[in-house]
Amino acid sequence: MTETLDLSMFVERGTAGASHMTLAVEGVACAGCIRKIENGLTKLPGIIDARINFTQRRLAVDWRDDEIDAAGIIKAIEGIGYRAHPFAPERVEADDSAQAKWLLKCLAVAGFAAMNVMLLSISVWAGNVSDMTQETRDLFHWLSALIALPAAAYAGQPFFRSAVRALRARQLSMDVPISLGVVLALALSVFETATHAAHAYFDSAIMLLFFLLCGRYLDLAMRRKTRVFAGNLASLKAEFAHRLEASGELTQVPVAALNPGDRVLVRPGERIPADGAILGGSSEIDESLVTGETLPRAVGAGTTVYAGSINASGALTLRVTAAGAGTLVEEVERLLDKAIAAKSQTVRLADRAAQFYAPVVHATAALTAIGWLIAGASLHDSIVIAIAVLIITCPCALALAIPAVQVVAAGSLFRAGVILNGGNAIERLAEVDTVVFDKTGTLTLPEPGVDETTDIDSDILERAARLALSSRHPLAAALARRARERIAYPGAVEEPGQGVRAVIDGDEARLGSAKFCALAAPDEPAAARDSTASFITFAQGGKTATFAIRQALRPDAIAVAKALMARGLHLIVLSGDRPAAVAPVANALGIGDWRAGLKPAEKIAVIDALQAQGRRVLMVGDGLNDAPALAAAHASLSPVTAAHLTQAHADALFLGDHLKPVLHAVVVARRARSLMKQNLALAVIYNALAVPIAIAGLVTPLIAAVAMSGSSMLVTLNALRARLAADRDLAPAAVDRLPNPDSNGSAMSAEAASLSSVPFPKLAAKATPRPLVEDISA
Amino acid sequence: MNVLVYLVPMALLLGLTGLAGFLWSLKSGQYDDLDGAALRILPDDDIDS
Repeated sequence: MTETLDLSMFVERGTAGASHMTLAVEGVACAGCIRKIENGLTKLPGIIDARINFTQRRLAVDWRDDEIDAAGIIKAIEGIGYRAHPFAPERVEADDSAQAKWLLKCLAVAGFAAMNVMLLSISVWAGNVSDMTQETRDLFHWLSALIALPAAAYAGQPFFRSAVRALRARQLSMDVPISLGVVLALALSVFETATHAAHAYFDSAIMLLFFLLCGRYLDLAMRRKTRVFAGNLASLKAEFAHRLEASGELTQVPVAALNPGDRVLVRPGERIPADGAILGGSSEIDESLVTGETLPRAVGAGTTVYAGSINASGALTLRVTAAGAGTLVEEVERLLDKAIAAKSQTVRLADRAAQFYAPVVHATAALTAIGWLIAGASLHDSIVIAIAVLIITCPCALALAIPAVQVVAAGSLFRAGVILNGGNAIERLAEVDTVVFDKTGTLTLPEPGVDETTDIDSDILERAARLALSSRHPLAAALARRARERIAYPGAVEEPGQGVRAVIDGDEARLGSAKFCALAAPDEPAAARDSTASFITFAQGGKTATFAIRQALRPDAIAVAKALMARGLHLIVLSGDRPAAVAPVANALGIGDWRAGLKPAEKIAVIDALQAQGRRVLMVGDGLNDAPALAAAHASLSPVTAAHLTQAHADALFLGDHLKPVLHAVVVARRARSLMKQNLALAVIYNALAVPIAIAGLVTPLIAAVAMSGSSMLVTLNALRARLAADRDLAPAAVDRLPNPDSNGSAMSAEAASLSSVPFPKLAAKATPRPLVEDISA
Repeated sequence: MNVLVYLVPMALLLGLTGLAGFLWSLKSGQYDDLDGAALRILPDDDIDS
């Protein structure tokens, strides 16, 4: 059946029949790939321009509508040998990109001004102790003012705006003392210059802005990198639905383009693209991503189904509905709203420091002025000294202390396969003392696999697996992943709802239900004993075999659970699945505290009870039913295979088949938090040393400059230790997460495969040391 | 010290030229794809053999 592909939601229409589209491209790894794709596309008729952004692994294409269309372009890229996924740019990403450009402009202006003002300042400092005339000094000060004032007005905007915003909200952020310090330093300097004084602080003010802008820019750059990566991952995973048009034709549309009321066809083996009610057909569906339940549910006309379930046996037609009253989705959303509202606004470490810091500093400055007045100094001298106190305490080190650590820690986590969603996630991750795991898809792999424990003849397994390649049933798909030779048997026929048969080596072979394989008495006792698995039977000639398909634990789950417990964390399993399915998993991991059969509201209740006891809970879950619990918990993690709604409420996502990123997240976050505290302590020590000098009235611009840059460098270097330590801890883990190029390709999960193709430079580079020169000449 | 009268403006002018150059390169998108720029110089398909 030919099906038209409707990609109009990704295409930007330009003038005169020209269109533009952005695509995330898999597998671009070298200069040769860039050239192959760009040259291959521009050769096509109708393509105006094709340009790859290698940093983001994205391709921007412009074309004329009358000669080629979006689907044709994707096909052409496939022909060249790459897979491209259309990409709808998110607003946040565009905002970030504009913000980054603006910060970089401010940084450039501040850098230019800082260098030139410092040039003049050093001349003045040298001249003050030798033979500089007052006229020359005044000229240099006026020149400094000429450079510094407009530069500060431009480059200080990020801080001034944020300070005004904070004050309007009647709060104190770190930007308030920064803005005040800069403005006062500049005002004092202009006054001193006008009165022919020996000292001016233009260099201090502008250098402060330069250092802080560096920190801001790096912070934003790190966040952008993570966001671009997450965006590519989302478009790689984006699914298409078969929409039934009124005329009865089928159109393939991106899931995001579905509207309530649309009719959608879901074939066996496909994921249900949207919530809806079944209009026709009957089937069994696997709802493990929705409820955590691993046994399939039988559905027929009139049943409500949820996005993310997998259709197992028969084709279904469904009408897309908005979340209706009384459905699971509606309950989840109601619980979500409540959880988000109830979540106490955690005050960030930096803001707590700022709230304490600003009043102390401003009171000290005021007391200094009053003290000098009482001691008999002139009003002018008292104010100059008080402003010197403000300048020297201007929180350069303090404002860098936390962002610097955050940037370094986020980078470490990114390399370990953890993508942070929010800015203060690191602080909250560091505070957890209890980890609550969901079972299905979190402790276990998202896709079921063949049970390894029973003895299976490798020849029969291979035949069964190859036969399974011809079926779309989820159980068959699990079996098919074990096929060493990935070629389907010719002439294999799938009988919907029953199984597949084919003639192999002259004998008919069947794979499917026990009945289909004409096994009179299937392995009844085994099936009854083992309620955690589903069974699939293979028969050929006289030989039969029954394979148990079950959710396997993530390969390193036991080791990670041990390591987490060794770090003093209390582990709990909360699952929506049956007790019989949860108990073996909890036992294998050595977790005594587990509950099964929980509804979303009950999961939240357990977490709330734990938090009421003063525990800080880290929730790790992937199902739709976990979303409210993730929002309610102190911190939360989701595997990248999680339901969309769930991902949106997690603090961070982790990639790959392993559970180790959970451990990394906790370890790196704890390390980062202790470094943040160290940095704050360093900043306080610096102030304790510098403030008395300032109060005594001994601060010259030279001392201010040295103290400021010295303390900033100290905290930044200390922050870099987070990277050294984290990378040392994570190094062995990074290696065992790599897809092994020698092993069977089918062993690689979808994410592991996509990992090597999306920007993940460190991992990809280590996995396959590419002969760059050969690639280019090829 | 009269030399300052033209040396200082010259120094500032040179600095401003550098700043303008940076802002122009930023505006024209030269920092959008730093990794790609490093790779694009490698192929020699612009040389006719």
